[in-house]
Amino acid sequence: MWQQLYDELKDYGFMVFAVAMESRGPEAARSWIEAAKTAYVSVIDADHRLADLYNMVNVPEAVWIDETGRIVRPTEVAGSGDYFRKMDRVTRTLPEEGKVMRETMRKHYMDALRDWVKNGTESQYAFDKGAARAHVRKQTEDVALAHCWFRLGRHLHGTGKIEEAEAALAEASRLHPDSWNIWRQMGDMKLDGKPNPDFWARVDQLGSRRYYDKIDMPGMP
Amino acid sequence: MVTLLTERGRYEAAGNTEGESLWLPAIALSMATGWELKPEGFCRDDICVPLPRGREGEFTRGDEVDAARLFRHAAQPLAASRDKSVWSFGTSAQIRSNALDSLKAPDIGLPDLAGKVHRISDHRGKKIFLSTWASW
Repeated sequence: MWQQLYDELKDYGFMVFAVAMESRGPEAARSWIEAAKTAYVSVIDADHRLADLYNMVNVPEAVWIDETGRIVRPTEVAGSGDYFRKMDRVTRTLPEEGKVMRETMRKHYMDALRDWVKNGTESQYAFDKGAARAHVRKQTEDVALAHCWFRLGRHLHGTGKIEEAEAALAEASRLHPDSWNIWRQMGDMKLDGKPNPDFWARVDQLGSRRYYDKIDMPGMP
Repeated sequence: MVTLLTERGRYEAAGNTEGESLWLPAIALSMATGWELKPEGFCRDDICVPLPRGREGEFTRGDEVDAARLFRHAAQPLAASRDKSVWSFGTSAQIRSNALDSLKAPDIGLPDLAGKVHRISDHRGKKIFLSTWASW
């Protein structure tokens, strides 16, 4: 997905560090990674450790980190939006306005990333320290505990204690209901990679709440 | 033997579960979690949580520490399997939030398809686009 961008920007001192959240292990991600033939870093995070460290709840999400290791844009949605909710659920195709929105958001997000890579702190898309701090998602102790239960559930699943594993994963999801990563990964493990028949019902339950948080970026629809 | 799951990985340690307690060699807890007992309290990095005065002995016996009790005392999350043979140690929201508020990108090493571990900090000196995806 990011290969073209990486090729274009690598000479500016740029690296893509792509993390697959895959608790069923490398095999679940292998065909995707091999098909993409990435020249950038592509790794697998079976325990969703990155989600714990960076307070992530969804995919795709991203963090922009500068040359010194400072976060200039904390965890946010990486160019996606709730247009997907109007998808035809059988054919999985978007209506025309959804397609336009998808392209608009993706292009704007990539252009913003280009601008930052080329212009650094001068870029209007790089937060200063105050703004970056203000955009850090607040975490709760329930969320921290949810990550503990998730790690335990994944381990138990791997050792064949399926019923107990599913109970632990359900506890993680109960403690952190905003995490689609936990809920969807739990379903993926239970269904061994098959599509989750409950997905759209849970999306619909959001009502007017968002699935993907708004991206707070100048010019982003 | 008990299995310890932490953000650093998976560890096997000689441990004993007694009720709500998990007695571990102090060195095993320190290796797995980074938390260790010091004169000033139960500490990790630059954080130290003092033990209740006069009751320090309840948390240790010989070279062992009660890891479960120490974690509860320090308000750090933990979860255990039903048979108490597997323990998952986490890090509190307060520590996580302080780390993110510092804006210093938390470092992590993760394996690629071939098993080679890549760390975010391997790429210091470049701008990094850290992004997630999934097949599900």
